Amino acid sequence: MTAAFNPGVDTLHALPEVFLCTMAIIVLILSFAVPDRRGWMEGLSVAAVVGTGALLLWQLGEPVSAFSGMYLVDNFALFFKAVFLISTLFVILMSINYLQLERVPVGEFYAVLLFSTLGMMFIASGGNLLSLYVGLETMSISIYVLAGFLKRDRKSNEAALKYLLMGAFTSGVILYGIALLYGLTGTLDIKQTAATLVQMNLSNPALLLAMVMLTAGFGFKIAAVPFHMYVPDVYEGAMTTVTAFLAVGSEAAGVAALLRVFLGAIPQIQGDWAVLFWILSVLTMTVGNVLAMAQRNMKRMLAYSSIAHIGYVLIGFVVGTEQGISAMLLYVLIYEFMTAGAFAMVIYLRTETVKGDLIEDFAGLARVRPVAAAAMVIFLMSLTGIPPTAGFVGKFYLFGAAINSGYIWLAVVAAVNTAISLFYYMRVAMVMYMLESPGPVSVSSSRPLYAALIFAVLGTLIMGIYPGPFLDLAQASLMGLMK
Amino acid sequence: MIPLSYYLTLGALLFGVGMFGALTRRNAIAILMAVELMLNAVNVNFIALSRYLPNSTLDGQVFAIFVITVAAAEAAVGLAIVLGLYRNFKTVNVDEINLMKW
Repeated sequence: MTAAFNPGVDTLHALPEVFLCTMAIIVLILSFAVPDRRGWMEGLSVAAVVGTGALLLWQLGEPVSAFSGMYLVDNFALFFKAVFLISTLFVILMSINYLQLERVPVGEFYAVLLFSTLGMMFIASGGNLLSLYVGLETMSISIYVLAGFLKRDRKSNEAALKYLLMGAFTSGVILYGIALLYGLTGTLDIKQTAATLVQMNLSNPALLLAMVMLTAGFGFKIAAVPFHMYVPDVYEGAMTTVTAFLAVGSEAAGVAALLRVFLGAIPQIQGDWAVLFWILSVLTMTVGNVLAMAQRNMKRMLAYSSIAHIGYVLIGFVVGTEQGISAMLLYVLIYEFMTAGAFAMVIYLRTETVKGDLIEDFAGLARVRPVAAAAMVIFLMSLTGIPPTAGFVGKFYLFGAAINSGYIWLAVVAAVNTAISLFYYMRVAMVMYMLESPGPVSVSSSRPLYAALIFAVLGTLIMGIYPGPFLDLAQASLMGLMK
Repeated sequence: MIPLSYYLTLGALLFGVGMFGALTRRNAIAILMAVELMLNAVNVNFIALSRYLPNSTLDGQVFAIFVITVAAAEAAVGLAIVLGLYRNFKTVNVDEINLMKW
């Protein structure tokens, strides 16, 4: 059996989550008492994220298993929690000015955002399929609300409905997979599931069915083709800051859940799921990149681009070696910075009068705002994978891991896809530098947004030029996940 | 005692009916109801398995309680979204809610 339940000590291990939850509730309650424009909510939310981050640092060290194995504190959990907190911080910084333009209630937005982050943190720490599921739902239900936050905007309504119906359907599928797994092993604990499977007949059809259902379910959550149908619509319809949160936060959480469940609970049948994910990876990359070429809306293009990037990330998962998984974690971290930057640029173009989410809206930006245009070029280069940016490093390690393990064809497909992606990313750069804007170019200047942009540029460049420490970090994060 | 396979068959059938409904219904509320059916099929499985497994714990039954709770939260948010949608579109037919394509 796992460690005994000790309420006092165990709660102490979950202190970052307790703190974040408390802060989210405080923000929610205060939002009814304090008028929106005082800046309290923003300040409290930033304090919540930074405070939680500080508490995570305090948790560094030996892996701990609390609440009878339901909640794990290991390097893997800490790595992903840091990723989630950074993405939340990005989203808060981008939202401060943007929410006033969209005229939405500020306090509720930040409270729901923090609750969603809380769910993600539970996913990263989930040592039991039950706690993992509850974390997944806490995150998803909060995001349904966020996606529909513009109550009077029809596109936002539509985005929320599509995400809700797809998400609810997906949870059903994941749950059925979990139930099958529970029936086979008699336990919900992830480590014990793996231990029980060792003594079992691995070609049991129920086990394979459970694997297929979990693959389909998590495929939805990370937006892998053919489970991606809802993604472009949700990305386009939701508020841009929410879209950014979906792209960087929720996808990373999906990857964390995928790794926890597949590498933790059913590593014995890796041969079987590697084949499935090989197909998913190739489909996801190709469909994402090809459809991204046809887009005129920037948010929609970034949606297909995020699908394509999930395809690259899955390469590491197919490879499944320590090298592959660490390359995958590194890519998730890199992807976060470059995508957050690209979305910050879309928000930068949103003003009182211009929606700014079409690619044409970028026309003439280089003449009026050369620095911002240069930042956008860095993000686009990184998304394509051109040195000296971080995207190149990420792809280099992923493709290298594939080649080292003999997945030559996977690396070839990925390289061809990278060439395709050059076309649509560079078209945005072309629009910024070569085309003239029909009217005056207006941008929204806000200090927090600039801070987010600078943070994203620095992250993208530093990880591109000096990737060593970040790769070490990703490798160290595997402790607790793989044997 | 009724054998375990009866319960599992019931669960599989319910899940199938729910999935069929979720994929074919055009009314958003009906889709949500079909999804609830899927979740309850899972609950039947969990509770039956928890009862019949050798040296079983209460894990499965606890899971079912959590599923019910989460489903309630999902339904609350879901109905709020559908209500907001109805105010703007004057319909809950998902075929007519198609501002965005491809």
